Amino acid sequence: MSRRFSVLNIFILINILLLASTPPGSPQAPTPPGAPAQLKVGIVVFLSGAAAAPFGVPARNAAELLIEQLNAGSGPKPYDRPGIGGVPLRAVYVDEAGGAERQVAELRRLVLEEKVDFVVGYISSADCLAVAPVAEELKVLTFLFDCGTNRIFEDRTYRYVFRTSAHQVIDSIGLARYLLRVRPNVRTIAGLNQNYAWGQDSWNTFRDALLKLKPDVKVVSEQFPKLFAGEFSTEISALLAARPEFIHSSFWGGDLEGFTIQMTPRGLHRRSLIAFTPGETMLPRLGRDVPPGIIVGARGPHGPFAPNTPLNQWFVRAYRDRYGIRPVYASYHMAQALLGVKAAFEKALAANEGQWPTVDQVIAALEYLEFETPSGPIRMAIGKGHQAVEPTAYGITGPYDPQQKEVRLTNVVTFPAECVNPPDGVKSEDWIRQGFPGARCP
Amino acid sequence: MIDTLVVIGTDGLIYAAWLFLIALGLSLIYGVLRVLNIAHGSFYALGAYTAASLIGLYGRRDLWPYGVYLMIPLAALAVGVVVGPLVERGILRWMYSREPVYQLLATYALFLIFEDLTKLVWGVDPIYAYAPYTLLGEVSIGDITYPGYSLLLVGTAVVVGILVSVFIRRTRTGRIIVAMIEDPEMSMALGINVPRMSVLAFSMGTVLAGLGGAMTAPMIAVMPGMGAEVIVLAFAVVVLGGLGSLEGAAVGALLIGLLRAAAVHLFPVLELFVIYLVMALVLILRPRGLWGRMEVRRL
Repeated sequence: MSRRFSVLNIFILINILLLASTPPGSPQAPTPPGAPAQLKVGIVVFLSGAAAAPFGVPARNAAELLIEQLNAGSGPKPYDRPGIGGVPLRAVYVDEAGGAERQVAELRRLVLEEKVDFVVGYISSADCLAVAPVAEELKVLTFLFDCGTNRIFEDRTYRYVFRTSAHQVIDSIGLARYLLRVRPNVRTIAGLNQNYAWGQDSWNTFRDALLKLKPDVKVVSEQFPKLFAGEFSTEISALLAARPEFIHSSFWGGDLEGFTIQMTPRGLHRRSLIAFTPGETMLPRLGRDVPPGIIVGARGPHGPFAPNTPLNQWFVRAYRDRYGIRPVYASYHMAQALLGVKAAFEKALAANEGQWPTVDQVIAALEYLEFETPSGPIRMAIGKGHQAVEPTAYGITGPYDPQQKEVRLTNVVTFPAECVNPPDGVKSEDWIRQGFPGARCP
Repeated sequence: MIDTLVVIGTDGLIYAAWLFLIALGLSLIYGVLRVLNIAHGSFYALGAYTAASLIGLYGRRDLWPYGVYLMIPLAALAVGVVVGPLVERGILRWMYSREPVYQLLATYALFLIFEDLTKLVWGVDPIYAYAPYTLLGEVSIGDITYPGYSLLLVGTAVVVGILVSVFIRRTRTGRIIVAMIEDPEMSMALGINVPRMSVLAFSMGTVLAGLGGAMTAPMIAVMPGMGAEVIVLAFAVVVLGGLGSLEGAAVGALLIGLLRAAAVHLFPVLELFVIYLVMALVLILRPRGLWGRMEVRRL
């Protein structure tokens, strides 16, 4: 009796183990002829350093979540079929910290040793500028997902490199247009930007765009504190003393939040209208401590500016359930990249009559592609089909919503992609200088 | 014009107070132990993280609101008492007889280890603890509003500076430490317990670094990487003042604070440059810094 019992036990145990080793609902769908067993993707985001918390970790979280859900085929349409044409994705995560040279070395390692099929990554513009030519040389499909510099596809042409989010010019032109809607008579402005490429480019583009739209505006103060300075009491005094009607800032991360904490008791936001172009990331973190009356953007239609579609509702719900906070714009940018990859591969697969496509076929499918994302449809419309355009949106912080545990936004205006992006083949700088020819704004 | 000067003076003083608080411990440790302690940045960050956690814990209970300020010295003490002796006895004491470059490497390694440790304990998400920053209300100087906390910062820097200086000059232990600085071998021969004094001095420096961080925590988002930003500034102040001189650190901080404030108000593009400009000028004229002394070399 006891022997029979133990045999039965072993039988049950083996069955349990077998069941456990097969993931529930794991797709046994047939893969296309010629398809690999899996697609290995190198994901490069800041996992340490100051950019990890505001951008890197939310982007990594989105990647984890999406890869899992895409592999299970549990997303809403049009992403409800498992994997990419049935082939599951497998991620290799790399820390973006360490500077551009290290990232170039890491990219080579990902391609030559890890043998990834493609790379999704890079938050820092310096890293994007450094890795793009190397990706081209290695002939590896590379999807820049978040970096902001407009120089990548304006200074050079790439075959293997794509960027699935818009560049920083939409933030600056969008804000200039938004400001003239909410303060059409603005006369004096000031800038507060971190003293490196992102801060300087953001401010220069914004100032040039605004001066083109309203030439009588006067710049009364331009502050460029050190990146991650942390302590801004002197800059706040200088801005209080200069009394500009409007202050532009592209601060992010700890600088953005530290500055907000420091300026609030001193009433800078009561004296001047302030805009933070990437301000959306602080809304779920600072919550009720975000002062009212501040203009915030999300570098595109992300977070609170994202459209109310089933795809976005699904993304926000799944992310919130898993990480306890809503996704910020870096998470949306990651979603855009991964969904763009899936859309491109599956389009190429269909065009190849069900045979697994070559890299060239995927490239052909992705150029000028339009695909659905939680941020709405994204078009690879400029940079010879390698650079995405996005609409952008701004709003003003209002009352705190205890249910959502976040500040509500008022006066939200969305500017369509054609209003804030230069046309294909035109450099942003020239487009602004010429007075935005061909812009279609509501 | 007068208004601008008053604002520049006030801003300069506030920034100088902050700089002095973060540089004082570094200067003390160099003065006594001749160790250029890169891990100072980590002690600063540990102070900030500990203070932010304590302020958060205190805030969640319904206690006397002003008691939250006690959390700042408490955090500094906790960091100094726990980490100071551990690092001095565990690592640094093996380094005193070696070339200075080994000390630099050892403290840099410590810095990296502490960076990871803080991430392990507190994660990468920023922590906020701004209750003390807003609780004291605001003060208007001319047309400009300052938070009361900035004045507290200045007051703390002055009091701490005086306390350390009195301790060194007027107390027996302080005098022993000075004797140790002048001649460690003779001090040992005279029966001074040099190892005990070294632990004491290093731990004091660690408390001061922790205090700098704890005082900063309410003003910023406490997050990984904050220690690295501060170490460069602290070194600038200490080198400018003369390595190891407390008066030098005070004057160095004041000089940088005032000139930086003037730059921000009048020529903002120079802000980044001004610290290095002052350093270069001073070091050309006085290579050992403002209060630096010639070292007697014994054969």
